Amino acid sequence: MTIRLDIVTAEQLVFSDDVDIVVAPGIDGELAVLPRHAPLMTMLQPGELRLRKGGEETLMAITGGFLEVRPDRVTVLADAAERAEDIDAARAEEAKRRAEERLSGKVSEADAARAEAALRRSLLRLRVAEKRRRRRSEL
Amino acid sequence: MANIRLIRRRIRGVQSIAKITRAMEMIATSKMRRAQEAGVAGRPYDEKIRQVISALAALPQAGGAPHPLLQRRAVNKIAVVHITSDRGLCGGLNSNINRTTASFLVEQEVPATLITVGRKGSEFMRRVGRDVRAEFTRLGDRPSLLDTLPISRIVIDDYCSGLVDVVYLAYARFVTTMTQTPVLEQLLPVEPAEMPAMQNVEYIYEPDPEAVLGELLPRFVEMEVYHAILESIASEQSARMVAMRNATESANELIEDLTLLYNKARQESITTELLDITGGAAALK
Repeated sequence: MTIRLDIVTAEQLVFSDDVDIVVAPGIDGELAVLPRHAPLMTMLQPGELRLRKGGEETLMAITGGFLEVRPDRVTVLADAAERAEDIDAARAEEAKRRAEERLSGKVSEADAARAEAALRRSLLRLRVAEKRRRRRSEL
Repeated sequence: MANIRLIRRRIRGVQSIAKITRAMEMIATSKMRRAQEAGVAGRPYDEKIRQVISALAALPQAGGAPHPLLQRRAVNKIAVVHITSDRGLCGGLNSNINRTTASFLVEQEVPATLITVGRKGSEFMRRVGRDVRAEFTRLGDRPSLLDTLPISRIVIDDYCSGLVDVVYLAYARFVTTMTQTPVLEQLLPVEPAEMPAMQNVEYIYEPDPEAVLGELLPRFVEMEVYHAILESIASEQSARMVAMRNATESANELIEDLTLLYNKARQESITTELLDITGGAAALK
C-alpha cells in the first residue's frame, strides 16, 4: 500500500509520486507518515525530508513549511525544497563561508539574524548532500 | 531623381523598423510562455494554502481575537499595491492599470498611500502627485518568490502596525493572449473563501490551529503578491507581443505603399528621360 506525496513550493511542483513512507522534520520533532495516517496539519522546521518508494530512499532539504496529511495523500507546502542530488555542494559551501564571514564582523541585529538563517540553510544543504554521498559509497 | 532616392531611403528605414518589431514580438512570445508556466507552476501551492486557510478560519476561535491579518477594522487609510511594467511598448496596458487605480483613488474618501511595483506606475503616480510610500523596480522577467518578499513585507508590516486599514492589489490580469484586464482586488484583511462542506476533514493540528494559521496567513499574502506580479508579467509580454505584431504589420503595409510610389516615380523619370532623348533626336533632324 502506498500514499500519494506532493511536494510543492510557491514556484514549482518539486515532487509528485506514490511512496511507501515519508519522514518529515515536524515542528515538534521528526514524524513518519505511513498510508492511512490520521488527518494532520503540522508546521515543519528546516531539516531533511526522507521518502521511500520500493527499496529506494530519496533525501530532500526543506527550509520550513507545512505538511498536510489526508487519508489518501500527503502534501508538503515547502518554503523551499531541494533534492539531495540537485544540491550544489560547492555553492552551499560558498554560502556558508559568506555567512560565517558576515557573522564574525560587526553587524546589526537584523543583519546577524539574516546571516544566521543563511548559515543554517547552507549547513542543512551540506548535511543532506553529505549524507547522500556517504550512502552512495556504502552501496 | 531626388524624390526617388528619398523614397528608397524611407523604405529602407521602415524595413529595419519592421525587423526590430518582429524580433521584439518573438522575444515577447517566448517570455510570455515562460511567465505563464511560472504562474501555472505555483497553482497547487496556492490552492492548498487557500483550502487550509478557509478550513482553519471556519474553526471556532479558541477565545481571543482573530489573527491580525483577518481582522476587519474601520477604514481610516487605504493602501494600493500598484503593479505595472518597467518598460513601455506594450500597447495601452500600463495606462489602463494607471487609469483604473487613479479613478479608484479619486472615489475614496479616506487618504490613500501607494506601493508601486514597476517603473511605469511609479512615474505616473508621482506625476499626478500621489503619495508613494515605496517603489519597486527592475524585478526582471522571472522574479523568484524571494525577490517579491520585500513587497509583501511592507504590506504586512503597515497593516499590522495599523498604518493602513485595508490593502488593495491592482494589476493586469492575464485573460488570454489578446485580452488583459486591469483588476483591483482586496488583499488585506484576508477574506477566507467559504468551505465546500465535504472538505471538512477533522485535522490534528501541530502545534495548534492558531499557530498554523498564524504561519500560513503571511505566506498566503506573499503568494498573492507574487502571483499578481507573475500575472502582470505575462500580461505585459502578451500585450507587447500583440503591439509588436501590429507594428510589424503596419510597417509591411507602409513598405508596400512606398514601393508602389517608388516604382511609379521611377517609371515616370524613365518616361521623361525617353521623351527628352527622342525630343532631342527629333530636334537634330
